Amino acid sequence: MRRDVLTGSYFTLGDIACAEGALAAGCRYFAGYPITPATEIAEHMARRMPEVGGIYIQMEDEIASIASAIGASYAGMKAMTATSGPGFSLMQENIGLAVMTEAPLVIVNVMRGGPSTGQPTRGGQQDVMQTKWGSHGDYEVIAFAPSSVQEMFDLTIEAFNCAERFRCPAFVLAEENVGHLREKLVIPEPHEIRLVERKRPKCDPKEYAPFKPDEDLIPPMAHFGEGFRFYATGLTHNEKGLPRTVDPDIHAKLVRRLNEKIRRHAKEIIKVKTLYLDDADICVVAYGIVSRSAASAVRLAREMGIKAGLLKLVTLWPFPSDEISRLSEGIKKFLVCEMNEGQIVREVERCSKCSKVSFLPKLGGEIHTPKEILSAIKGAL
Amino acid sequence: MSGLMHPLEKFVRPGMESRIWCSGCSDGIVLNEFLRAIDELGLDMNKIVVVSGIGCAGRASGYINVDAFHATHGRAIPVAVGIKVAKPELNVVVISGDGDLFSIGGNHFLHAARRNVGIKVICINNFNYGMTGGQAGPTTPMGAFLTTTPYGNIESPLNLVQLAAAVGATYVARWTAFHVRRIKESIKKALAKKGFAFIEVVGICPEQYGRRQKMPRPIDMMMWFKKNSVISRELDPSKAEFTPEKIVVGEFVDVERPEYTELMRGQINSIIERLEKEGKVSDVEI
Repeated sequence: MRRDVLTGSYFTLGDIACAEGALAAGCRYFAGYPITPATEIAEHMARRMPEVGGIYIQMEDEIASIASAIGASYAGMKAMTATSGPGFSLMQENIGLAVMTEAPLVIVNVMRGGPSTGQPTRGGQQDVMQTKWGSHGDYEVIAFAPSSVQEMFDLTIEAFNCAERFRCPAFVLAEENVGHLREKLVIPEPHEIRLVERKRPKCDPKEYAPFKPDEDLIPPMAHFGEGFRFYATGLTHNEKGLPRTVDPDIHAKLVRRLNEKIRRHAKEIIKVKTLYLDDADICVVAYGIVSRSAASAVRLAREMGIKAGLLKLVTLWPFPSDEISRLSEGIKKFLVCEMNEGQIVREVERCSKCSKVSFLPKLGGEIHTPKEILSAIKGAL
Repeated sequence: MSGLMHPLEKFVRPGMESRIWCSGCSDGIVLNEFLRAIDELGLDMNKIVVVSGIGCAGRASGYINVDAFHATHGRAIPVAVGIKVAKPELNVVVISGDGDLFSIGGNHFLHAARRNVGIKVICINNFNYGMTGGQAGPTTPMGAFLTTTPYGNIESPLNLVQLAAAVGATYVARWTAFHVRRIKESIKKALAKKGFAFIEVVGICPEQYGRRQKMPRPIDMMMWFKKNSVISRELDPSKAEFTPEKIVVGEFVDVERPEYTELMRGQINSIIERLEKEGKVSDVEI
């Protein structure tokens, strides 16, 4: 009897699917702070965590939530926190700490309209660049953009797998529209769910160097209380974990590795979905909830004889640069649709070589309608 | 060299560069007493985790040969809470400074004590931000001259003992760097305590604090503590006066209250037990 994987078909909320995905992925520590529109994740975790023997703790703020999740991760638990824009902003410093101390961790951001308190009950895609660049210093992250209740489940598991595999924070970036969407969720049998666990040291504790990577650039992770007696610090450190803050070579080597361990595995991490792209003149680029309108628009365009296709970005970070540059050789135009004033469009422009890039922004919390995207397709060609 | 080894050397992390603390600083005194306390209690070093934040005192976690985490500024307590809740069998200790724990991290202190998470917090209060060069902080006495109070401090300092008592700490003590043996005894008591325990050690900071208050030599601050501190024999935080003229030291709280991780485990176990009894997988509707 598995309490953590509730195999079956349900009609449920995106936020709940995300929480169930986390439990199925082996998450046993959830720390959070109430915030619209991510609160349902915390509420569901509060009810479900004890049933699987896991921990739900409501911390005093989002800073404490992520900090305690880092602590729990070091104590050996798969840990998660969930928030929205304002809380995500508060978490930024400790996202850097998780990067620097290589703490596996999943952070869910159910995005609402900003800046500031903005539109608490309305969706947006305005935190995409903050996810990549929000903390100080150079670092790479992994982020997924679910577009359905099912993907809230599936991609939360994927985020855990990446966090564990690469020892880094991994993000689920969902719009409020997906978090509060209610539709079908299928939870598979436990054996159908692929899980990844962090690499553990096999050496004698005396020989253990906590930040000495294997060939894949990822160091095996010991947990507190296992006798390894190691030190983890946000300061620049050597492979033994000891602070070395003024040696330029040690700093450069460490920061390059933290970036490179993700860049080198980008192909493994990046997922995209395509529709009618084989002979397309125009490629609509969209992610999250917008990709669903975009798919409808592309179908409508095809019915009218327009050679339109869709590139749905499932992974936002690392950015699918190769996919864009490959496409840019065959198509005439990209049309990027986002619920913001222009974030991923800049990445598409950067990677698209000679192809021209059009942009269809939408603000206010509402999703682009297929009609709006269709007329932008027509206008772009 | 082995014949000349310091008796506490075995507790010190190998490979750490020389301590960053200034000569005359009392952070080393607290570190020493912490190690002696562990030694005398015969605790398993594999089951102790030390967490600290940013600042001079925050470097302590690196020097002790246990699992240790050096967090962001002010965030040692929530990291420690995460570790303790995930592995309650560990003895989780936070060692950090007054600015780290009570200015930027103040909120976390309130709530960890309120929840009675069984972590131990040792605050070395040196009245200022030493590492950044002597700025005023939440414990700076009124009138003190520091780099950010060039005309004298006009803010009231926090009374850390009274604050800790008010928010529910189950053990609260204050000593100065002069009370070396008593620091150790309090650390031993705190380590054996189930609930949230707090020790304030009023520290010597000759370089950044004393020097600017006409106490330039380490011995000057030590003499100030010796002359002006009074030991309270009552478990009464209202007696914990703290002014430059009178520093009341001693133990102020020693009570028992249900500890957070125990309450949590109890709740989890009863939920699982009930589900098993009822033959159910889950009570929650998806």
